[in-house]
Amino acid sequence: MSTILSATDWLGLLTNFMALSLLAVGGAITTVPDMHRTLVNQHQWLTDSQFNAAIAIAQAAPGPNVLFVALMGWQVGLNAASGWAAGWQVWASALLGVLVSMLGILLPSTTLTFVASRWAHQNREWRAVRAFKQGLAPVVVALLMATGWILTTAQGTSVTHWPIWLLTTLVAILVWRTQLHLLWLLGAGAVLGWFNLI
Amino acid sequence: MASNPTPNTLPDTPTDQPRPESLAALFWAFTALALQGFGGVVAITQRELVDKKKWLTPAQFLEDWAVAQILPGPNVVNLSLMIGDRYFGVRGGMVALAGMLSFPLVIVLLLAALFAGVSDSPHVQGALRGMGAVAAGMIAATGLKLFTALKQNVLGMTVCYALVATTFIAIAFLHLPLIWVLLSLGGIGGLWAYRQLGRLEQASAEQP
Repeated sequence: MSTILSATDWLGLLTNFMALSLLAVGGAITTVPDMHRTLVNQHQWLTDSQFNAAIAIAQAAPGPNVLFVALMGWQVGLNAASGWAAGWQVWASALLGVLVSMLGILLPSTTLTFVASRWAHQNREWRAVRAFKQGLAPVVVALLMATGWILTTAQGTSVTHWPIWLLTTLVAILVWRTQLHLLWLLGAGAVLGWFNLI
Repeated sequence: MASNPTPNTLPDTPTDQPRPESLAALFWAFTALALQGFGGVVAITQRELVDKKKWLTPAQFLEDWAVAQILPGPNVVNLSLMIGDRYFGVRGGMVALAGMLSFPLVIVLLLAALFAGVSDSPHVQGALRGMGAVAAGMIAATGLKLFTALKQNVLGMTVCYALVATTFIAIAFLHLPLIWVLLSLGGIGGLWAYRQLGRLEQASAEQP
């Protein structure tokens, strides 16, 4: 990929993440379908496999899952710089990507959290506060399931991809029903993929 | 007891409850728990802050977690902000957030840089594809776990099933923008919940 990003594109990336920040009820991961729609389908700043790699690497690393957003910014920055002479510009562009994407995804939601958490704590018995929380719960649950679906079908929707779907389904059931450590599962997925079994 | 009130301390917080003694202690506590959290930090946060350090009672933790989930943004990020804010105000929130993100960010970027050198290998591509499929399963499982929690929802199971199914179809198959789905389906859910809560209040008012 040799997408060269203009200042307008960087601003677009920032405002895109800022908007998603305020929509990320249930966590940043619930906005993954929307990120995929914008970053991969609409602007082609990232390829499908780069998009999935960002999520997979962040899941394999310690820390909050939101760091997959930093990796997406990193990758967008690398893609943007690939038309330039290699060197420090590539790293500068990648770090700019990290900064822009993390600022975008965090600034609006953290500001709101400061104001709203103090208010909500004082008014936690209010009917409207409780209704908002309860009414949104099923939507948040479905968003998580839809994210799983979108990630597992990102390689393609043809039936030949059934081993990937099977692996995702098995993992979903294991994580749901057992206390198996997640690192074992990620390791198993890596081994299966390494030997091209999925 | 002659009080020397600290700003942002909960009125119902017992004065003998342990608390972080300094901003540095707060930073390292959140760094330690973030570095233990593979594939999600919530469980570790509960174990470290409630069970071990006892900075929060289980009830306080649940309440904070509920608010962190309602608000947009990464849940554990919201939670660390709220806890830091409770003890040291805005500075505390920033420090807790920095602890949660700094070291993991460096690690994740190192992993990505290491990966970049070998990303052309079909084996590495395959391994990432496999890990991606596993990550997809983990996220779906979080949804499944929370699904069982909907049993206590005031909406009732029928409405919950309908909202879950409609949301899933709208996002996974129709690829509709998130904002419209949240505003329309979330709005319907919120209004219905408001009505149901009103009925419950009325019912409990009628029964002495």
